[in-house]
Amino acid sequence: MTDYRQKYKMTPVLGWLLQDRGGMILLGILLAGSILIPIGNLMFPEGSAFHVPTWVLGLLGKYLCYALLALSVDLIWGFCGILSLGHGAFFALGGYAMGMYLMRQIGDRGVYGDPVLPDFMVFLNWKELPWYWYGFDHFSFAILMAMLVPGVLAFVFGFLAFRSRVTGVYLSIITQAMTYALLLAFFRNDMGFGGNNGLTDFKDILGFDLQSDQTRCVLVVASALMLAICYLVSRGITQSRLGKVLIAIRDAESRVRFTGYRVEYYKLFVFTVSAVMAGIAGALYVPQIGIINPGEFAPAASIEVVIWVAVGGRGTLYGAVLGAFIVNYAKTFFTGVMPDFWLFFLGGLFIAVTLFLPKGVIGAIPAFGAANGGPGAPGNWRDRLASWRANQGGKA
Amino acid sequence: MSTAEELLSEESRMIQSEKAATILYVDGVSVTFDGFRALNNLSFYVEPGELRAIIGPNGAGKTTMMDIITGKTRPDSGDVLFKSEVDLTKLDEADIANLGIGRKFQKPTVFESHTVFDNLLLACSGGRGVFQALFHRLGNREKQRIEETLATIRLGDARETLAANLSHGQKQWLEIGMLLMQEPQLLLVDEPVAGMTDSETEQTAILLREIAKTRSVVVVEHDMEFVRDLDCKVTVLHEGSVLAEGRLDSVQKDPRVIEVYLGR
Repeated sequence: MTDYRQKYKMTPVLGWLLQDRGGMILLGILLAGSILIPIGNLMFPEGSAFHVPTWVLGLLGKYLCYALLALSVDLIWGFCGILSLGHGAFFALGGYAMGMYLMRQIGDRGVYGDPVLPDFMVFLNWKELPWYWYGFDHFSFAILMAMLVPGVLAFVFGFLAFRSRVTGVYLSIITQAMTYALLLAFFRNDMGFGGNNGLTDFKDILGFDLQSDQTRCVLVVASALMLAICYLVSRGITQSRLGKVLIAIRDAESRVRFTGYRVEYYKLFVFTVSAVMAGIAGALYVPQIGIINPGEFAPAASIEVVIWVAVGGRGTLYGAVLGAFIVNYAKTFFTGVMPDFWLFFLGGLFIAVTLFLPKGVIGAIPAFGAANGGPGAPGNWRDRLASWRANQGGKA
Repeated sequence: MSTAEELLSEESRMIQSEKAATILYVDGVSVTFDGFRALNNLSFYVEPGELRAIIGPNGAGKTTMMDIITGKTRPDSGDVLFKSEVDLTKLDEADIANLGIGRKFQKPTVFESHTVFDNLLLACSGGRGVFQALFHRLGNREKQRIEETLATIRLGDARETLAANLSHGQKQWLEIGMLLMQEPQLLLVDEPVAGMTDSETEQTAILLREIAKTRSVVVVEHDMEFVRDLDCKVTVLHEGSVLAEGRLDSVQKDPRVIEVYLGR
């Protein structure tokens, strides 16, 4: 490590990137995929060995958005010990912001043909657009809101929670309560977000048909590149002195306070950044899936995200991405083959990972076991054993 | 002006000058937890550059006293002044740490997932802001200070070791080193030699005496041998207030102290 510090003193970003083997592999795959998948889908005809079918595009796009959500959870849970069981709320809010834009894009092509009001508002006999729908006919405004609304909610929620020093399981419980409260609110027709049915029947985005292969390819590539960018931002944060403070908070919060750091500001910063990333993930998810409804706020959905991170390997960032792909591929497979079995499998997977792979799938790969000694990881099993022994010695 | 008033103002002037000479001024502090009076009208003063040992049986209020000075607990009544002017009862932990008061916990508390070097880096005095930390670059001056501290706490060879892998005694020293990096003017040390071997204990006494040359240090300790090694003024706490104060030899001869320590 010392070598790298000195060698790449002039280019710190290159320095930490070269040390981050998992991150290099992840970025390589994302960039290669961004080039090869559109070629495979658009240039090779159906039946060719290199053809990427459209249904694969849909799955990949979905997994990439989930991976970004998992990344955002790992940033706060893996590095700062904030176990949010309500991150699905930020994802859903980002999704709703994009959904509102897509609804406005439908224009007069809806069932009722109203040029301004979405179908569900006409159905409810509303005469004019509620004020909070203003501006969502502009794409850039919708994108801004997809980041701003989750960010502001996380900032206010975090400000109150962290200032009152709510930590650990208590914080997890109030994040669950937050997403559940939003679930109930969005179920109400009076809220003006389509109630139970949510927002759907989207036609196009920026004038491009959402069903066309070209648009789908662009959305998948956008998701992959956004995941790469957010990975770099997250890695930049965790590699900085701020990231070291976050890990220190995770390990010994009171010591950080007595060292003179204002712990609540650090938590607030990373919690807000993480919520913005979750919002971006939701905004990318909705045009590819074609619907957003209050189900995304379900407490169970947020808990599932934590399982993805745990399966992949907490505190590594790339592990969260891997976990999201593994668990969601398994979900696609099981819900297709034996749907009743899926939840048993998910529960069993979580128990197995907790018992046998406490550092997730990534931690079980020897090449990464060593790399995990770096910042953010609680050390490999040898280190853990040594520290356990040392602690035993201390107590004796 | 009447004589009585003159005497009164004379007395208050003396109190003022006493305050002016103190780095830590604790006066009439009381705190109650659920009906239990942890501190009862506690008063004592620490002078700049002084090394002070505080002893007392379990439950005497030693840790509560530390909590109050460092802003973790608010007193029900009484004054706590730093350098005779800053009211510590109004500030929180981070403010008090940044004023120059460092605290070492009873159980060694270091950042286990970080290397020894990074532990010291995080404690290094300087900007504590979120964005300062985000864009921080390791400077030469910081590096030099970390190297100096590594030498002081004798962990120069362990700089790239994860703190989790240090021995118990090494962790205690690392924590003391982290406090030194904060450049405190007042250091509060809670049972620094608990769980240490004899030679480690001796080394720690030397280290603390060395540190006390340039700053004030308050040590809470059970170990009488260690307190003797420190060779300093001793304050005995009992049931939340000061029972006796003076050199260890004279304090140990005090019948009330003997009763508290041996009478039960």
